[in-house]
Amino acid sequence: MNLTSDQLIFWQHGFLKLNQTIVTTWAMMLVMALGATLLTRRLVTEGKISRWQGALEIIITTLEAQIKDVGLAEPRRYLAFLGTLFLFVATCALCIIIPGYKPPTESLSTTAALALCVFIAVPLYGIREQGVGGYLKTYTQPTIIMLPFNIISELSRTLALAVRLFGNMMSGVMIVGILLTITPFLFPIVMTALGLLTGMVQAYIFTILAGVYIAAATLVPKPQSVPVPSPKAAS
Amino acid sequence: MLIDWFTVIAQMVNFLILVWLLKHFLYKPILNAIDTREKGIASKLADAEAKVASAQKQQADFEAKNKSFDEQRDAMKAKAEADAKTEHDRIIDAAQKQADGLRASEAAALKDDQAHQAAAIRRMAQDQVFAITRKTLTDLASVTLEERIGEVFTRRLGEMNAKDKYEMGAALKSSPEASPLRSAFTLPDEQKTAIQNALNETFSAVIRVRYETDANAVSGIELTAPGQKLSWSISSYLDSFDQSVAAMVTQETKPEPAAAPAAEAK
Repeated sequence: MNLTSDQLIFWQHGFLKLNQTIVTTWAMMLVMALGATLLTRRLVTEGKISRWQGALEIIITTLEAQIKDVGLAEPRRYLAFLGTLFLFVATCALCIIIPGYKPPTESLSTTAALALCVFIAVPLYGIREQGVGGYLKTYTQPTIIMLPFNIISELSRTLALAVRLFGNMMSGVMIVGILLTITPFLFPIVMTALGLLTGMVQAYIFTILAGVYIAAATLVPKPQSVPVPSPKAAS
Repeated sequence: MLIDWFTVIAQMVNFLILVWLLKHFLYKPILNAIDTREKGIASKLADAEAKVASAQKQQADFEAKNKSFDEQRDAMKAKAEADAKTEHDRIIDAAQKQADGLRASEAAALKDDQAHQAAAIRRMAQDQVFAITRKTLTDLASVTLEERIGEVFTRRLGEMNAKDKYEMGAALKSSPEASPLRSAFTLPDEQKTAIQNALNETFSAVIRVRYETDANAVSGIELTAPGQKLSWSISSYLDSFDQSVAAMVTQETKPEPAAAPAAEAK
């Protein structure tokens, strides 16, 4: 039994290789891109809208609302990145109902890649909002003593993000695989349904955590105002 | 080793490509559609609000016009009622005046009729009196009425007091032409002669007399001189008769008494 789909290699040439994770991801990308193209081909802006358009609008506006709730005042700036994170992870989890399918998120390489993307995106968004100096200054907050701890926190949370998603996705598939060998009928179906729910929750958690990190990095500290007593009050 | 670094890099690239793909083929079209629809809805809402405001304004205008119309209608109604009352009063007043005029003219006509009737009766009575008297005198005393009237006139001349006699005589004498002696009937020549003699004798002069007959104006015999008149007539008899006739006519024209109140009460 393969622990990860990285180990199933279809083609290799030196450092370059084509394993199951990459192929599945391409398939997922193809499905999502084609699906998006097909679904958004006939969007209407007036009158009665189709159910597919309604569903898509609900998904997008919900994502927007969630990103805003996290603390990002302009959610559309981050929608492409965070929304794609959620949709990719959720689609990967949703497809576990297809027999023989192994989600790319089951691979630690994929989750690490996503975590690294977040790890890179956080300072990029922070620098875009606050400038390089402003962003780097956040590492010394509240005091310079906190600098090493902040750096460790930054690295560890990225690691935690990757491992959390990997562990949860892999465990679900593993449990289904193990249970399939023990009780081949009813129980694996229930566990698959549970795995679907777990996958959705993980997608949500991953996205929200990424949003929170970005929000923390882009939060511009407000200048502290000192109240000045009015002349009337003074007199 | 669980992490394959080539796969990590490849997945990072894949993810970034997916971000780009979804951004262009999913988020942008959907967000554009949502924005366009929201703008359309906002535009429609603004349009609806404008229409509501317009409708409210129109309603307010309509209510104001209604109120104004009601006020005008009330004012016109009041004016029409006042005009109608004035016209009513005017018509009633005119009718009353017309009725009064008719009543007055009827009363005048009645009075005129009564006068004419009285005059006719008087005339007829006079003729009857003359006829009866003439017949009576002829039958009983073999004397004509004319003779008797002439005698009475002659006797009156003689019975005149001095003053009247003087004034009458002066008037008769000073008259440049013959004084008219009118009678209701033609006097016989004997009577004329007797009267002429009596006049000459009474006034001690030749009195020129012109005999005239006027049955309508004179009810006896009448001598007229400038400023003086001597006459005998049956006017006194006729006056009393006239009063009796007038009393009779008045009684006839009186309205019937109303029914007894007692009968009405029943």
